[in-house]
Amino acid sequence: MFIFTQEDENKIDKIVKKYPVKQSALLPLLTLVQRRDGYVSPEAMRAIGGKLELSPGYVQSVMSFYTMYHSEPTGKYIILFCHNISCQLNGADDLFAYTGEKLGVNGGGTTEDKKFTLHKEECLAACCGAPMMRINDTFYENLTKEKIDKILDSLP
Amino acid sequence: MTQILFKNIDMEGLNSIDVYESQGGYKSLEKAFAKKPDEIIGMVKASGLRGRGGAGFPAGLKWSFLAKDVFPRYLACNADESEPGTCKDRELLEKTPHLLIEGIIITCYACRIETGYIYLRGEFQHASDLMDQAIEEAYAKGYLGKNIMGSGLNLELYTHLGAGAYICGEESALLNSLEGMRGEPRLKPPFPAVEGLYGKPTVINNVETLCVVPWIINEGPEKHSALGTEKSKGTKLVSVSGHVKKPGNYEVVMGTPIREIIYDMAGGIRNDNQLKAYIPGGSSTPMLPASKVDVLYDYESIQAAGSMLGSGALIVMDHTVNVVEATLRLAYFYMHESCGKCTPCREGTRWMWQLLNQIQEGTGTNEHVDKLLDISDNMSFKCFCPLGDAAVAPIVSGIQHFRSDYDELIKKLTTDTVAG
Repeated sequence: MFIFTQEDENKIDKIVKKYPVKQSALLPLLTLVQRRDGYVSPEAMRAIGGKLELSPGYVQSVMSFYTMYHSEPTGKYIILFCHNISCQLNGADDLFAYTGEKLGVNGGGTTEDKKFTLHKEECLAACCGAPMMRINDTFYENLTKEKIDKILDSLP
Repeated sequence: MTQILFKNIDMEGLNSIDVYESQGGYKSLEKAFAKKPDEIIGMVKASGLRGRGGAGFPAGLKWSFLAKDVFPRYLACNADESEPGTCKDRELLEKTPHLLIEGIIITCYACRIETGYIYLRGEFQHASDLMDQAIEEAYAKGYLGKNIMGSGLNLELYTHLGAGAYICGEESALLNSLEGMRGEPRLKPPFPAVEGLYGKPTVINNVETLCVVPWIINEGPEKHSALGTEKSKGTKLVSVSGHVKKPGNYEVVMGTPIREIIYDMAGGIRNDNQLKAYIPGGSSTPMLPASKVDVLYDYESIQAAGSMLGSGALIVMDHTVNVVEATLRLAYFYMHESCGKCTPCREGTRWMWQLLNQIQEGTGTNEHVDKLLDISDNMSFKCFCPLGDAAVAPIVSGIQHFRSDYDELIKKLTTDTVAG
């Protein structure tokens, strides 16, 4: 079952007040749930729709448009690995393959222990620090195999 | 060299209001509030400032298109920086958030706007947190809120995060996203200045554009228009990436030779390799061959050379690059990011990616290249929004300048077939 905690409710009140039209809070609410649970379940979509007077189907149609929302559970750490041009030119493909191999999720996916979700990603606006990846909210730039080892091994 | 945006960019603590104020921050507000709103618009027009997000439309003129006497009006700051190669706005947001707030306050005063939203791409959570902190500081000092510094201006400013969609950088798609919808572009006209956010007149400007405004107020529009070339005024942040020794964001005066940006500022090509190609303004702008390295970095010169200044992302490729491979990655990007609303873009981007993929894998023929050009022709200026034209740019320019890279991959097939 999905429920908003009191802390969520306080945040939601604050978010909704930012906009003259309730529906504007849809992305922020989806983000709130995505960050809390690691994904947005059908129950959560219904609950968000209830808050904003939107049908669950509508919530899903909007949610499915944006790549940062997941409808299935993800790992504790979501690794977005940029493969776009500036990173490609600086060896991102090899490093992505290396990371996939290291984690045992070739080509991307969630590790068995649910610690990592690896995802090939489009440009993340860190082109001058290519190759790069984003793990949860943190950007890691100028990657090498050694650096990737160090970063991944240091995450609890 | 004049630095409008990056003068103190690496100063410790610049993102805090105290350090920012100690460097003369928020000083332009007093000057701005001493003038009438229309005078500010006049100053920005006179400065020659053009939109730094990609289109290069004159900022002051854009503001003057706001529907007369229709209120409330809104400001949406475009911080959806997603154009491959571009990473300048993130640096401004994270290092000097108060400069953006100061620019927004003046813009809202000039355009008589009482509510502003900074729309950041979803991946900019960290930048958004820093921005929220800066906004809170600005409220505490009375730079935001009711009757700011006795000027009569009331202004509420908020951040709003997207959730992963390149198309939301297109201004009308951004508005839909901000209204809680799928980020699909709107039909224009009506333009946002007439019917924008919530159907009300809306100013949409890129982060960099708004960040220039305080300098124009402080130093005067003449000083801005004295910088640069006849039609490209001021400075531009250029994100130099790819095969250079010192990739980074550089602030250059409009009209600086591209050779100087690549070889002096960015330290030249890695391993002292040979330059093969560069993309001057982000992945949506046509690539140019090394022979055009002496082109000047300004809107008109780059256009005359066959490309566009775009968002100011200079992507450098050395002689080891196969243009087909690089183009294939961009074709994948546009296919992935096409919102699917209009047929030529939705179908065209996928089809072009498939054809390029076959060429790259060695199963392409000359007909594949002809077909790519044919599809490009059927997409150019025929898609609902500029994403279609953007998708075509690297493909057509790549074939135009680097046909031999295509031929090499195609010839292989012919040779293999004959031999086999």
